[in-house]
Amino acid sequence: MPKIKLPRKDTWIDMTPMRDVMILLLTFFMLTSTFLKPEPVKVNTPGSVSEIKIPEKNIFSVLVSPDGKVFLDIDNPKDRISILEQVAAIYNIKLTDKEKNDFSIATSFGVPMQQFQEFMAIPGEKQKVELAKYGVPTDSTDNQFQAWVKAAREVKGKDMVIAIKADQSTPYKKIKEVMGSLQDLRENRYNLITSLREVNEAKPVN
Amino acid sequence: MSAEIQQKDSGGKKKAGHMKKLSTRIDFTPMVDMIMLLLTFFMLATSMSKPQTMEIGMPTKDKIEDKDKNEAKASEAVTLYLSKDHKVYYFMGIPDLVKPNFLKQTDFSPEGLRKILLEKNAAIVTKVMELKDKKLKLQVSQEEYEKQLAVLKSSPGTPVVVIKPLDNSTYNDMISALDEMLICNVGKYAITELEANDKLLLKNSNIKFDEAPKK
Repeated sequence: MPKIKLPRKDTWIDMTPMRDVMILLLTFFMLTSTFLKPEPVKVNTPGSVSEIKIPEKNIFSVLVSPDGKVFLDIDNPKDRISILEQVAAIYNIKLTDKEKNDFSIATSFGVPMQQFQEFMAIPGEKQKVELAKYGVPTDSTDNQFQAWVKAAREVKGKDMVIAIKADQSTPYKKIKEVMGSLQDLRENRYNLITSLREVNEAKPVN
Repeated sequence: MSAEIQQKDSGGKKKAGHMKKLSTRIDFTPMVDMIMLLLTFFMLATSMSKPQTMEIGMPTKDKIEDKDKNEAKASEAVTLYLSKDHKVYYFMGIPDLVKPNFLKQTDFSPEGLRKILLEKNAAIVTKVMELKDKKLKLQVSQEEYEKQLAVLKSSPGTPVVVIKPLDNSTYNDMISALDEMLICNVGKYAITELEANDKLLLKNSNIKFDEAPKK
């Protein structure tokens, strides 16, 4: 039997350029990324032509779900603790240090103060699911939303920006409640979060 | 995998007594795998585009505001009612409370509300276009542009738009209406709530205003 020896081809592929490119990309993404914040409810913001970007710091964000539930989010863990203490004091709730700490590192919140401690006792993962069932009360008899805004304004000072993020299909009635509550507090300037929409340049009609 | 073959090849030729020639090539495959994984994670977890916002100033609930409201001349005033199913009803000037079907209907399409507002605001829109042109040709700076734009938008004779969303409209309607104000360069607008007059007007035009929107 004739022996045909095929020269063994080297299967080595040079990974160096690939690795270089990938490290570059990785660095880029690591530096530019701001993480998506988990939100208790999925919200589709309406489109607008406004091109103003939302500021990065000192935001008091108000999330209004399609069925009108209100959730809040405040940045800066330290501020969160002092705001929580203020609101808890109004409702005569004694909080433990653990509860305060847990609250400071959480993201969105929106549980009526009466059920706050009960809610904080729920273990972590389950909490996220449960949260969507609550929402901060905004009705005139027990407007806890106003209490939160007031406390936040006191702690964060006048540079705090209030940003309202609501779903396209949220009934105006609920938005009116939120905006009315803000008006009562003389909070007349706030931002409405929208997503970008392209529109043709407006031309005068002759 | 490929690396192992390589090492075997070089290792197979060794002679007794000689030092084994070690390959200086390092296998990067695991590293590349790792980086690829991290990269995928970051790409998926990142929110690239920052959300846009609309800045809005609402009127205070003070009494002084009422005075200002009445100052709007009849020729400048446009009142919009945002109703369900993205319908818009509007009238210009002073409402005729007794006439049935006084309100006219329109929508958010370019042929609808936008056309009406642009017609009403034609003088300013032309001026804004000229200003934008100048800015494109770098004849005016960004600050100067913004300053002039603000002056133009608040100049006398521009329409004053009062937006009154009904309870059965959605948040999207409100944003769309505000958006039209931006597009049509309307500087003076306000969102207010329904008053007794408005309710009468809507009733006369057979428009329902108190039911919740359909899901």
